[in-house]
Amino acid sequence: MEIIVASSVGVLTAGGVYLILRLRTFPVILGLALLSYAVNVFLFASGRLAINMSPILSKYGDATYTDPLPQALVLTAIVISFGMTAVLVMIALGAFLEAEDDRIDLDLVGEDDINGEDAGK
Amino acid sequence: MMHWIILPVVLPALLAPLIAFVMRYDIVLARTASMVGSIGLLVISIVLINFAAGGETFVYRLGDWPAPFGIVLVLDRLSALMVFLTSLLAVIVLIHAIATGWDARGRHFHALFQFQLMGICGAFLTGDVFNMFVFFEVLLIASYGLMIHAGGRQRIQAGLQYVVMNLAGSTLFLFALGTLYASTGTLNIADLAVRIPELPEGEAALVRIAVMLLLIVFAVKAALFPVQFWLPNTYANAPAPVAALFAIMTKVGAYAILRVHTISFGPGIEATQDIAGMLLFPAALVTIAIGAFGVLGARRLMSLISFSVVGSMGTLLLAVSSFSQTATSAALYYLVHSTFAAASLFLVADLVVSRRASDSLTPKSPTVQNGLYAALFFAAAIAMAGMPPLSGFLGKLLVLDALRDPDIIGWTWSAILIGSLLTIVGFARAGSILFWKSTATEPQETDPNPPHPATAWEVAPTMATISLLALLAVFAGPASGYLEATSAQLFDRDGYVSAVLSAEGGE
Repeated sequence: MEIIVASSVGVLTAGGVYLILRLRTFPVILGLALLSYAVNVFLFASGRLAINMSPILSKYGDATYTDPLPQALVLTAIVISFGMTAVLVMIALGAFLEAEDDRIDLDLVGEDDINGEDAGK
Repeated sequence: MMHWIILPVVLPALLAPLIAFVMRYDIVLARTASMVGSIGLLVISIVLINFAAGGETFVYRLGDWPAPFGIVLVLDRLSALMVFLTSLLAVIVLIHAIATGWDARGRHFHALFQFQLMGICGAFLTGDVFNMFVFFEVLLIASYGLMIHAGGRQRIQAGLQYVVMNLAGSTLFLFALGTLYASTGTLNIADLAVRIPELPEGEAALVRIAVMLLLIVFAVKAALFPVQFWLPNTYANAPAPVAALFAIMTKVGAYAILRVHTISFGPGIEATQDIAGMLLFPAALVTIAIGAFGVLGARRLMSLISFSVVGSMGTLLLAVSSFSQTATSAALYYLVHSTFAAASLFLVADLVVSRRASDSLTPKSPTVQNGLYAALFFAAAIAMAGMPPLSGFLGKLLVLDALRDPDIIGWTWSAILIGSLLTIVGFARAGSILFWKSTATEPQETDPNPPHPATAWEVAPTMATISLLALLAVFAGPASGYLEATSAQLFDRDGYVSAVLSAEGGE
């Protein structure tokens, strides 16, 4: 169990980091999505791995339970990263339509400004 | 006391959707509502600063759950000061945005503006690290919208980089919080200060990793080397009033370092006390250098100002990095000063750039009111560079005085003094190109639509920030009295912890 969780966090993070270093916006968005999956699994594990246990204290006292707080944290993190991904996709689309190019780096606007007028195509 | 503490979060949170849904097609109504809300926030923050000035730490329990289990908002001198600073800056920036018509160049400026204020105030008030993450996201998502307000190719591309950078930062924040929770079992700032010293040896190593990760996250927000590179492009391409509001955003990072790395991981907690200072000190020195060289080398006015913001964050965090009481009160004075100095530079740059063809630093024929803008730019620049008579001089003097320890004086004094000199040269070059050389160029054939002269309302916010800097210099005595008390309270960990964790119900 531990090895599965640990290696999935590791693989997702490695893939995510590789993708956010790419030049085009779409791989970068995918990379950020992978990173957020990795962090969600990681947050789950931060409450210790426990299988088949309820997240509430049993009224019979000695029954073991799994920590409910990381589950609440993960829920918050999922909602936020989902919303953020949507915003990012919209901004990336806006940038693509505006510049007709999906490169993530900036043109050197200072040079363009000095040589000529507004950095038009 | 009652519910005053939550009001800086609730008021913008209620107002923003109202503006977005009800007033979206009526700019006059939206402007009025936004203005009334910001002034209301200013009034609330003055009430809060009056409560906090007594030196008591007020705790607001959400849902009345006691501290380590529920989320608390904490009001002390430091958070009251930061909320006051935010609301004052917000009113000034809002007047500028309305007077110059920036808010009407795209949709939803006022709604996003209010959400931004909600996130910033919440981040300053919260006493829980995960709640701080949530408020960071609120302020970030609003800032994404404000950053690309009014659109344009260059701006949206820069905005995309800004969003990607901050999303990666947020992921790192979550990793840090997961590590912290796994080893300590709590995310409450006061509770962390109690739990970390009790940890066994092996767990302490995990906490140290979490502390470093958190430091990197806050350093991204504070634009500290080596994660400062997003700031110049973002601020230089943001709409100028938004860039002026963002002057407080870098301070959110500095505040978070001050709060979390002093109370939870700071001096006296053996496992983690050496990390933040050790990493911040060299990073801040390099940040000052980057800021100074950036100011010298910038080819656009907005990038020049952005790099000067980077430099000022370096000076601020250099003072923070020694984690001592005197240095912290100096850092706080410099924090207040550099917020308004950066804002005034961005506001005056907006007045200048909107009347020139572009903001590149090349001579162009002079525009209307050349003398007025030259004077305003001159005043804002000497404030930012740290020359008398404005408060930048006193701020840098306080920082230099606090960092006089013989072991570090060579590094700190030379970095700050040489950095200031380079900044002065950079600003002098920019000012003379913009305002003097332009008068020597051949007047071009008369423009069919000459730029209109600025109205009183357009100039008033810039004047206001500069006069605030002058006031900060004149009343430096009382101000630094309050700031010394603030930093004494910040380093009184037991007072903070017992106030937050005390079992009594309170209101």
